[in-house]
Amino acid sequence: MPTNRPWKPNHRRLALLAPAVLMLVAFMLLPMGLVGLMSWLEPDPYGGVHWGEWTTDSYVRFLFDRDLEDQWVLNTDYLQIFARSFGLALIAVVITLLVGLPAALYIALQDEKRRNLLLLLITIPFWVNLLVRTYAWMLLLRNGGLVEQGLNQLGAGLEGINILYTPWAVAVGLVYAYLPFMVLPIYSSLEKMDWRLMEAAFDLGANRWQAFRRVVVPLAMPGIAAGCLLVFIPALGTYYIPELLGGGKQMMIGSLIQSQFGSARNWPFGAALAFALLGMVLLGMWLYARRYQRSATT
Amino acid sequence: MSRAHNPLWRFRGLAGGTALTVAFLYLPIVLLVWLSFNENKIATLWTGFSLRWYGTVFDNPNILRATQNSLLVALVATAISTTLATLAALAMTGPRVRGHGLINALFGLPLLVPEIVTAVASLLFFLAIGIELGLLSVMIAHVVFCIPFAYLPIRARLSDMDPRLLEAAADLYASPVQAFWRVTLPLIMPGILSGAMLAFIVSLDDFVITFFVAGPGATTLPVYIFGMVRMGITPEVNALASLLLLASIACVALSWWIGRMGRAKS
Repeated sequence: MPTNRPWKPNHRRLALLAPAVLMLVAFMLLPMGLVGLMSWLEPDPYGGVHWGEWTTDSYVRFLFDRDLEDQWVLNTDYLQIFARSFGLALIAVVITLLVGLPAALYIALQDEKRRNLLLLLITIPFWVNLLVRTYAWMLLLRNGGLVEQGLNQLGAGLEGINILYTPWAVAVGLVYAYLPFMVLPIYSSLEKMDWRLMEAAFDLGANRWQAFRRVVVPLAMPGIAAGCLLVFIPALGTYYIPELLGGGKQMMIGSLIQSQFGSARNWPFGAALAFALLGMVLLGMWLYARRYQRSATT
Repeated sequence: MSRAHNPLWRFRGLAGGTALTVAFLYLPIVLLVWLSFNENKIATLWTGFSLRWYGTVFDNPNILRATQNSLLVALVATAISTTLATLAALAMTGPRVRGHGLINALFGLPLLVPEIVTAVASLLFFLAIGIELGLLSVMIAHVVFCIPFAYLPIRARLSDMDPRLLEAAADLYASPVQAFWRVTLPLIMPGILSGAMLAFIVSLDDFVITFFVAGPGATTLPVYIFGMVRMGITPEVNALASLLLLASIACVALSWWIGRMGRAKS
C-alpha cells in the first residue's frame, strides 16, 4: 500500500463516509435499538405501547399465557411455531446441502468457460423476484398441478392429493428459494482447491468415496458452513413462503411476528420475537466468524 | 491444465445431478411464463396461445399505479444509495482507518439482519419519529438496504485499481480533483454501474420491508402481486409475474454485461 496518496487527508475521508454511515445508523441501527427497547414495554390493546411501563411480559409470553384470572399458564402454541420454523429451516439446510454440494463439486471440476456458464445459470433464478418464484410453485403444487400429474404418471395413483398448503410445500419452497445460497459458497471454497490432493489420496489407497469424505469435504468446510448459515437464517425468518405455500396454516416465526403488528395488535410481543430472531442470527454469525474467519484471513 | 479432462477427478453421477438441479431451478419459471400465454381462464389447463392476459394487465389502472410507484422508488433509492456507496467506498480505500472493521460490519448489516426484523424495526421507527407511512418511508427504507448491494461491487472495483495510476496522474500535474474525475471515476465506472443495477433490482423486487412500511397510497408491484396471489391463482397474475420476471432478468443481464465489458477493458 503506497503511503503517498495526495487526495487522502483524514477529515476528507470522514466527510465521504459520513452520509452512508449516518444513513445506516439512523435508519438501521437506531430502529433495531428501538425494537429491543419496545420489547420491554406494556402493550396497548389498540396497537402501540405504553411508554414508561416496563415489563418482561413479552418474553414470558413465548412460553406462557395469561388465563382469565390473570395467572400465567403454560402455552405451547408459540413453542410449536418455533419448533416448526426450526424444523423446516433445518430440513431446507439438509436438502440444499445434499443437492448443493454435488452440484458445486461438479461446477468446480469444469473448465473455466463451462464453470462461468453454470454459475450464471445458478444465479439467474436467484435474481428473479422471490415472490414470483414462490407463486410459480403454487402453480406446480396445486390440485391438478404439474407435480400431481407427474406423480400420477409415475403410477403413484394418488388422485386428488393436495401438496399445496402442507408443510411439504413450504419445505419445497424454502429449498427452491435458498439453493443458490448453498451452491455458491461451497463452490467458492472448492474453486481454490488443489485437486492434486485427490491424486495424493488415491496414491495412499483411498477409494473415491474416501477421498471425497476425507479430502474434499474438509476442504469445502468453510463454504459448507457459510452455505448452511446463509440458508438457515433467511429460512428461519421467512414470511411469505409459508404464507403462500402453507396457506397461512403453517405459521412460522415470520408470520407470527407479522400478525403481532396486524390482527393480534401486540407490538411489544412482536418486537420481542423479532429481537429474539435477530439474536439467534447474530449468534450464528458470531460462531461462524469465530470458527472460520481467522483461518480464512491467514 | 484442464480440470474437466482428468478422469481421476471425476465423480460418477455428478453431471446428471447437476443437470437435475438446474432443471429444478428453471422448471417453475418456465411453467409460469408458459401459462401466462394460456388463453384459458383456469390457470393450469393449457388450451391455446393468447396474449389476452397481458392485455388485462396493461388495462388495470391499479397495476399501472403500482408499477409507477415501484419505478419511482427504485430510481430514487438507486440514485441515492449508489451515490452514498460510491463516496463511502472511496473513503474506505487506502490505509485502514480506525473502526474499519466496524464500518464494514455496518455496511453488511442490511444483508445480515432477517428482512422481517428490518421491516418491523423500520415500521416502529417511522411511527415513533412521526414519518408518515407512504412513498417517503418506502424510499428511506429502500435506500438503507440498497447501500450494501451498491457498495460491494464498487469497493471490489476500487481495490482492483492500481494506486500507482494516481501517483502517475499527480506526476503529470493533475490536481487531486482532476485525478479523481479523469482517472479514478472512469476506472470504477463499471463497478458503479453494476452496483446501481443490483440496487435497482433489489429495490424493485423487495416485498417484505415495503409491505410493512408502505402506507395505503404507496403500494408497489410486489405488494400488489402479493395481495392478488392471496386471493387465488389467476391468469392475470401469471402475466404480471412474467413481466416482473422479465424485468429482473433484463437488469441482471445488463449488469453482467457491463461487468464483463469493464473487465475486458482493464
